[in-house]
Amino acid sequence: MSPRPGFVLEVDRSTPSTLFWHGEGYRLEKLPVGSRVLYAPEPVDALADPVGAIRRALDEPLGDAAPLRSQLRAGMQLTIAFDDVSLPLPPMRGPDIRQLVIEQVLELAAEAGVDDVVLIAALALHRRMTDAELRHALGDRIFDAFAPHGLLWQHDAEDPDQLVHLGLTEQGEDVEINKRAATSDLLVYVNINLVAMDGGHKSVATGLASYKSLRHHHNAHTMTQSRSFMDQHRSELHSSNWRMGQLIAASGVNVFQIETNLNTDTFPEQFRFLQRREWEWTTRDRATFLASSKALRATPDRVARSIFHSIRAPHKMSAVQAGEVEAVHARTTENVYAQQLLEVDGQSDILTMGLPYICPYNVNSIMNPILVACLGLGYFFNMYRGQPLVRAGGVVILSHPTPWAFHPGHHPSYIDFFEQVLAETTDPAEIGKYEESYATDPWYIHLYRTGNAYHGVHPFYMWYWCAHALEHVGAVIIVGGDRAAVRRLGFKPASSMADALEMASDVVGRDPSITHLHSPPLLMADVR
Amino acid sequence: MSAVERLVSRARRVRPEGFPWAAPTWPVSVDRAAPQRHLGADYDTEWTRRYPARLVRAVLLDNLTRPLAHIVASPEVRGGEILEFVEGPAIYVANHTSHVDTGLLLSVLPARVRHKTVVAAAADHFFDRRWKAHVWSLVLAAIPIERHKVNRKSAEDTAALLRDGWNLIIYPEGGRSHDGWFQAMRGGAAYLATRTGRPVVPVHIEGTYRIWPRGGKRLRRSPTRITFGSPITAAEGEDARRLEARIDTVLGVLADESRSDWWTARRRAGAGETPSARGPDASPWRRAWALGPDPHGADEDDETRWALNRE
Repeated sequence: MSPRPGFVLEVDRSTPSTLFWHGEGYRLEKLPVGSRVLYAPEPVDALADPVGAIRRALDEPLGDAAPLRSQLRAGMQLTIAFDDVSLPLPPMRGPDIRQLVIEQVLELAAEAGVDDVVLIAALALHRRMTDAELRHALGDRIFDAFAPHGLLWQHDAEDPDQLVHLGLTEQGEDVEINKRAATSDLLVYVNINLVAMDGGHKSVATGLASYKSLRHHHNAHTMTQSRSFMDQHRSELHSSNWRMGQLIAASGVNVFQIETNLNTDTFPEQFRFLQRREWEWTTRDRATFLASSKALRATPDRVARSIFHSIRAPHKMSAVQAGEVEAVHARTTENVYAQQLLEVDGQSDILTMGLPYICPYNVNSIMNPILVACLGLGYFFNMYRGQPLVRAGGVVILSHPTPWAFHPGHHPSYIDFFEQVLAETTDPAEIGKYEESYATDPWYIHLYRTGNAYHGVHPFYMWYWCAHALEHVGAVIIVGGDRAAVRRLGFKPASSMADALEMASDVVGRDPSITHLHSPPLLMADVR
Repeated sequence: MSAVERLVSRARRVRPEGFPWAAPTWPVSVDRAAPQRHLGADYDTEWTRRYPARLVRAVLLDNLTRPLAHIVASPEVRGGEILEFVEGPAIYVANHTSHVDTGLLLSVLPARVRHKTVVAAAADHFFDRRWKAHVWSLVLAAIPIERHKVNRKSAEDTAALLRDGWNLIIYPEGGRSHDGWFQAMRGGAAYLATRTGRPVVPVHIEGTYRIWPRGGKRLRRSPTRITFGSPITAAEGEDARRLEARIDTVLGVLADESRSDWWTARRRAGAGETPSARGPDASPWRRAWALGPDPHGADEDDETRWALNRE
C-alpha cells in the first residue's frame, strides 16, 4: 500500500488530544476547536536494493558528469568528503547510508588502482566527530582501513595550511575551502538529504569552507532574505552557496556529487506512536505513551537524555543520485518535496510546535536554550514554501523544557554567548558586532581544532538562523521552559498551553486561528 | 479518616479519564476505514472442526444441552426413524421460531449425525463480536452465513463442508419467526442441495415459540414436537427455485402433521387442502389468535394470553 499523503485536520470536539514533543519527553495538549493540525505524509517506501541503486547511480550519472568508474585511474588523487554527525536525525541504524555509498566508491577506486585516497568529514564549523561516531557513519571496514593510517580527516576550518582561497564571487564573497579537496583530481561528495536545504553546492561550499567564506552567508541579512531557506528559489542562503559552488567549479575543482534521500521513518517500533495520528493509536501505543511519559517524568535529565540519544532511527534510503552537482540536487529536491510537502490554505495567527530532544547540533549532547530557539524558529519555522505558516505579527508557541544547561565540551562559546551577548541584546542584527571576537578567540579555536567543540562563532549562526522568524512574528512563547532561560532568549515563558494561548491573545486578539505543526515525520508546508 | 478511606480517596484522585487512558475518539472530519476484524462472514471457523473442539462440543452437547432440552422442551419426535435411511451428509431444513430450536434439534438427532453437524447462523447476529463468534462456533459448530446479501464465499465454504462429510442445519426463513407462523423462505438450502447433490431433510419444530419466543426475557417449560419428513433430493436438472418450492410445500405438510396426524396431513396434502403454515393475512392479533391454544395444554402456572380469558 502506498504511503498516505499529508493531512490538515481541523480540530473538532471529537478530536483527541494532540501530541507535542517536549524535549526528552512528550505531552498531550487539547487544542481549541477549529485549530488546524498539520500531519506529515507517511514515510515513502525504501529502496529494495540500495546497493544496486548506488551502483546504478555511479554508473549512470546525471548532468554532464562521466560515470565515476571512468573518472578513476591509477596515480590520481581522490578525496571523498561526507556529511558529518549533524545528519541524519536521529542517527540512523547501521549500516549508515554513508557507509553504503562510500564502500561502493572505494570498490571502484580499488578496481581502478587508485592509491591516494583521503576521506574528509565535512564539518565546516561543527564539532569534530568522535571515533565512535565516525565508525558508526563509515562502518568498521572503512574506519579500520583509513583511520589508523591518517587518511580519515576531519575538516579543519582554522588550519591555514589545509585551506585554499579560490577567489571572490561576483558579489565579493570569499571562497576558501579545504585544500586537499580543492586540489584533488576528483572530489566525491557523499551527502545525506533530510530537508530541502541540504545538499547541492552547499555541501562543498559550506561543509568544506572556512569562517572567512561562511560569514558571507551565515549572517542575519542573508537569513532574513531567505524565505524560506528550505525554498531554494527564494533563499539567499541558497543563492550565495550557488555562487560559491559555481566559482569552485570554475576554479577547476572536479566534484562528483552523490546525494541520497532518506525516508521520514524516524522512530523505531517501540516509539512508533510518535509518528501516528492520535486517533489511530492502538492500545499498545497508548500503553507505551503512558508508561514512557510517566517513567521519563521520574527519570533524571541526564538519564533521559542518554536514553533518547541512544535511539537509532529506522531511516531507509529512498533514492540515490550522482553526477553533476546541480542536476543531482534538482532530482534530490524533487524527491524531498514529493515526500514532505503538504498544501496548507493560508496563514494563522498562532503557530504551535512541540520541540524534540534533538537538532542538528546536539547529537549526543545537550539541547541548550540557543539550540531550542534555533530548532523552533530556525528550522521548524522555515519548513515552508510560499509564506510562513504564521502571519506577520503572529505568535509562535514552542513546547520545550529549555533548561539553562550547556555541554561544556561541545558548546563552550554558547555559554558565554548566552551569558554575555544575549544578556545585552537578542536582536540578530545587533549581535553581529560581537561576532568577530568570538570567531577569532584563540581558546575557542583551540577547543574546536583539538577537542569536540563547536567553533566560537557557532552560537551566532544559531541566532542568525532565527532572524527571519524573529523579524516576522510578534511574540514567542515557550511552554514548560525554564523561566529564566526563556526570558534570557527574549521570549515569554508559560506554564501550560492554555496559559500560552491566553498570553498570545494579547498579541493576536481573543479569537485567533491556530496551526499546530505535528512532527515527526518531517513535513514542509506549501502555504498558499 | 481511616486508612481505607484515605486509600479510596487517593484512588479517586488519580483515576484517569479520557484519552490516552481510554481509546481515542475520531475527529468528525476524518473518514474511518472499516476495521479488519475478521468477524461476521469473515470469521474462520476451521478450528471448531478440529478434534479438540469437537470433543469439547460433544461433551457439552451430550451432557448439558441434551438433558437441558429434555427438561425444558420434552421433545416428542415423529418420523425420526427416517434418519436411518439417510446416507452421507444431509441438509436439515427446519422452521425457526426460537433460539431453542438448534439445541433441541441437535439433541434429537442420532449421535452419528449430531457430532458431525454444522449450523448455519446469522453472521450479523452470532458473529458480530469476537466472544460470540468463539462461543457459538464452539458450542454449536455454528458457521457464519450472510442473510441480508448474497455472499458467494459463505455459500462456497458451506458447500465444501457438505462435500467434506459434514451435515448442515439451516433455517431457510433467515431468522426467527416474529409471531410463530412461517416466514417466506429463502433459497440458500435449495441452492446448496442442487449444488452438492446432497439430500434435504425437512424438519418441523413445534412448540419452541412458547419456550422462548423472539424478544422473550426468560425460558418457559413447554412440550415440543419435532417432525422429520422424508429426504428430498434435487431431481436431474431441477433448479434451486423449483426445489425450494418443494421444500416449502413439504414443510407446510409437516406443520399440518404436527398439529394433526400423519394420515390426515397426507390426505389434506393429496387434496391440496394443507392449511397455510404462514398464517392468515390479517392483523397481528388475529394471526396470534389463529395460532390457537397450546395443543399440549398450558402449565398450571403458565401465565399465557389465556390467563386473561380465564379471569
